[in-house]
Amino acid sequence: MAKRLAKQVVFYGALIAIWVILAELKIWPPYVFPTPLGVMESMKAGFADHSFWIAMAVSMKRMLLGYGLAVILGMILGLGVGSSKFLEDTLGSLLVSLQSLPSICWLPLAVLWFGLTEKAILFVVVMGSLLSVTIAMEDGRRQMPKIYSMAGRNLGATKFRLFWHVLLPASLPYILTGLKQGWAFAWRSLISGEMIFVSLGLGQLLMMGRDLNDMNQVIAVMILIVAIGSVVDGLVFATIERRLQHKWGLVTAT
Amino acid sequence: MTPNPALRTPSTDESIPVRPGQWKKPSAACGSPLRTPRNAAVPKVRLSDISLNYKTNDGSRLLALDKINLQVKAGEFLCIVGPSGCGKSTLLHLVAGFHTPSSGNLMVDDKPVAGPGTDRILIFQELGLFPWLTVGQNVEFGMKMKAIPKAERKERIQQYLRLVHLSKFKDSYVHQLSGGMRQRVALARALATEPDVLLMDEPFAALDAQTRDLLHDELERIWEETGSTIIFVTHNVREAVRLGDRVALMTFRPGRVRKEYSIDLPRPRHLEDVSVAKCAREILDDLREEINKSLEEEYGQATR
Repeated sequence: MAKRLAKQVVFYGALIAIWVILAELKIWPPYVFPTPLGVMESMKAGFADHSFWIAMAVSMKRMLLGYGLAVILGMILGLGVGSSKFLEDTLGSLLVSLQSLPSICWLPLAVLWFGLTEKAILFVVVMGSLLSVTIAMEDGRRQMPKIYSMAGRNLGATKFRLFWHVLLPASLPYILTGLKQGWAFAWRSLISGEMIFVSLGLGQLLMMGRDLNDMNQVIAVMILIVAIGSVVDGLVFATIERRLQHKWGLVTAT
Repeated sequence: MTPNPALRTPSTDESIPVRPGQWKKPSAACGSPLRTPRNAAVPKVRLSDISLNYKTNDGSRLLALDKINLQVKAGEFLCIVGPSGCGKSTLLHLVAGFHTPSSGNLMVDDKPVAGPGTDRILIFQELGLFPWLTVGQNVEFGMKMKAIPKAERKERIQQYLRLVHLSKFKDSYVHQLSGGMRQRVALARALATEPDVLLMDEPFAALDAQTRDLLHDELERIWEETGSTIIFVTHNVREAVRLGDRVALMTFRPGRVRKEYSIDLPRPRHLEDVSVAKCAREILDDLREEINKSLEEEYGQATR
């Protein structure tokens, strides 16, 4: 663990050192290639005038709403697709092929349907993660050991209660990967969606940097987006995963 | 449709009818007349001419069970033995309602069986305990599905965990328990729904000898305390004789009931009892023929 941390410190230290050297060589003008110091100052300024805080709050709110909606819809869809061979062969194959569509492709449609509104962004976020959540649910149910479903039915669970009390918890370790992937897709879709109009989110902050020719801000916001993404992945999902594995005894595998 | 009554009712006369034209002279060790069953009137479980075939991967049909006739009385402990691949697990799954017979009748309490039901609880070979629930919640599960009020559920969790000596482990997770303890959780979970019939599929096969001995004693005690009807599948003849009121021997593919033996040995029994060994020996001789048949088929196919 400590060794891994040390490796990472050295790696990132070296990366910043190279950046500093390249910037000091002044091969490119600063509005094309910013210095680490300039980015840090832009970051500080952004937090100081609250614009970064507001953007983060607005983006996170959209994320929670959009992703939450996607998970609920994905569950229902996954349940439906998984429950019948017919739906699996028809709707299931459509969902898989739709997944090859980058989520930003939904934006023109969303703008025409909802205008330049909050709803349009939410729509893109939902469409971005819905499919991977649905497919994850379906996969989870397929990978889940059949014995749980048999034991559940044996003990008198039927239909919805079988799903809620047995199938869902039994497939949780398998769908967690999909939920994680869904979150990552939602995050990307959200930032792209926010770039389109004055939306107050992180994506718009990024575009604002471009409009003002402020490369420092562009890089600062990009770092922020990456940081939030990995904090959620590394803290929230990793914690859920660890607790789940602990509870299931997957760590001390038997 | 109606089963031949002379065929299946364990008779009180000298011999036990098995199949038409095949009569077995009972031995002194285990063939004496059955003790009076607890409720002789209606068989708890009745299988009449049950056959089951299914499609194999290469498209041909395999006859897994062939005209099985079996009756289990209320409160009886029936053991089914047979070589591996004889369909004894399939038979149990069928009684549990997970398979539909291709032909024949399966009646529980004189009512035809359609799908799984909480009157028949199957303890799977792999147990199928829920790892996301605690021991107590596992035991509670079936009662929750039956919408039994919370207060009563709580009481019964205590009661059945006490019965299997696991009261202290109510809040543990399944992976924290040993193999023998998991078996007992599965038993408590099954019993807590108060089923009429308990179906057990080689439940003790994966356990070490000491744990298994202990669980035999406990199962016998619990069976006597609860008065439940048990159908117990095993490949271990001694175990079958140790536990059963009656042992049914199944043939290798297709699965038929080759013979039934009533085990009239006093309880509590022990695996090491000479009488148990003697009785097991007799059944084993018959079983060996079936095992040889299965080996022949396997090796015959392998060398061909």
